[in-house]
Amino acid sequence: MNQIRVLGLVMIAVGMSAAVLAGTLKIELPQETASLLPGPGADLANGQCLTCHSADYITTQPRDKPLAFWKAEVEKMRKVYAAPVPDDQIQAIAEYLTRSYGSTNP
Amino acid sequence: MADRGGIRWMARRDFIRGAGAVGIGSLVGAAGGLMAGQTTVLPVGNGDRPLVQYPQKRPLILQTSRPPQLETPFQMFDEGAITPNDAFFVRYHLAGIPTEVDPDAFRLSVKGKVNKPLDLSLDDLRKLEPIEYVAVNQCSGNSRAFSNPRVAGGQLGNGAMGNARWRGVSLKTVLELAGLQAGARQVRFDGMDGPVLPGTPDFAKALDVDHANDGEVMLAYSMNDADLPLLNGYPLRLVVPGYFGTYWVKHLNEITVLDTVLDNFWMATAYRIPDNPCACVVPGSAAKKTVPIARFPVRSFITNVQEGATVRAGRSVLLRGIAFDGGYGIRAVDVSITGGRTWSPAELGKDLGKYSFRQWQARVVLPKGPQTLQVRAMNAIGQSQPLDPLWNPAGYMRNVVETTHVMAA
Repeated sequence: MNQIRVLGLVMIAVGMSAAVLAGTLKIELPQETASLLPGPGADLANGQCLTCHSADYITTQPRDKPLAFWKAEVEKMRKVYAAPVPDDQIQAIAEYLTRSYGSTNP
Repeated sequence: MADRGGIRWMARRDFIRGAGAVGIGSLVGAAGGLMAGQTTVLPVGNGDRPLVQYPQKRPLILQTSRPPQLETPFQMFDEGAITPNDAFFVRYHLAGIPTEVDPDAFRLSVKGKVNKPLDLSLDDLRKLEPIEYVAVNQCSGNSRAFSNPRVAGGQLGNGAMGNARWRGVSLKTVLELAGLQAGARQVRFDGMDGPVLPGTPDFAKALDVDHANDGEVMLAYSMNDADLPLLNGYPLRLVVPGYFGTYWVKHLNEITVLDTVLDNFWMATAYRIPDNPCACVVPGSAAKKTVPIARFPVRSFITNVQEGATVRAGRSVLLRGIAFDGGYGIRAVDVSITGGRTWSPAELGKDLGKYSFRQWQARVVLPKGPQTLQVRAMNAIGQSQPLDPLWNPAGYMRNVVETTHVMAA
């Protein structure tokens, strides 16, 4: 949380702009601030999950969910959104997400 | 209990001077506004969210950054019936979002089962007869974080909604220019945003032809008398009044008339609700049959008293807020300080149209001690709100009677 607060202040400093130049509206999006917790499997999750979305898609989810919830999410990303997650990474990523953001109760 | 005589519509500054303005607490900065870099807390587990300022926006609740999903801090709904453009919520699905738009180069194509395909510039659209109305846009997942049991998805509080004055051209006008062919069944809408990976289904939605042709569905180029903010769909978005935001396709640049029913992921799998009158199932269970999400159910909120506030006991306390529904119009708003056993009518504010937020206010006198404030609305066809929350697997359609706990002292 502290990290988020500090980074939030940094974002004010770097500033964000919306400019209209010769009729074109151009914006610059703020930097991403959220990141995934370290731990076994974090490299896989960083490599796969963050291709399409920021880490806060994961970190804001309810914290009371078991492995089945996280495994279903990983499988949905592969099946619905065509994320190229190899078969042998699904379980490892789901276990990482459960350990980091889920519940150990089944 | 509620003295309906002599109620004065209170100005914002009066409210801040008066009692009851607690609960915003540390979020209020020196200038009285919310400051980027602060953290706000949604009243659910894992509810900490940073406040971040995006281009053309004031500091809003950051749900996700790629793609951006920004929620309006709830206290802003106390500032008036219209949500300012810079406070309006933002919701994207896929991270390929346009960050640069040249309005002169922009073209809207109209194709498919039409007699005359069109390629329209913004100037072309502005030359057509405009329509204008005030309408609420609400995300399907608004309030999802309050689902119990919790469900996957954007963990939103109550601020993924907003009310704006939209101006543009009726979709019907454009479809008439193109000329629908016999057998046209649905109209598909696609915007400039797209996926990161080529295999991810592009975000596109569809409406039945009759709905598309109702004269109210709008191609909007103006929001609150200004250009749309980029993150709200500049330069053109679909407005489907009364319907959830999933249909309000942003950066709209492609309209395709179909002789089939669109069966992509976003219509056939996502954004569906249980096919029954309550759009609900036993909490934790799956729905046997589903249909695409459609109109908003009735909702109402107290906006001037926050959860956990301290208010004066034994004296008249002003409550005020907003109510809205899926387009039939709000007929009545009631408040209860007895846990829903008895209700007293609120006074309705100015009618800005059947698709708009309707402001209301009421006065209550509370005995000392912990109290509950509740509000419920009824629309013109008699639909109202349940006292207990309904549940569905995606966390859509929440419209429980809201309860605010206060201490009267």
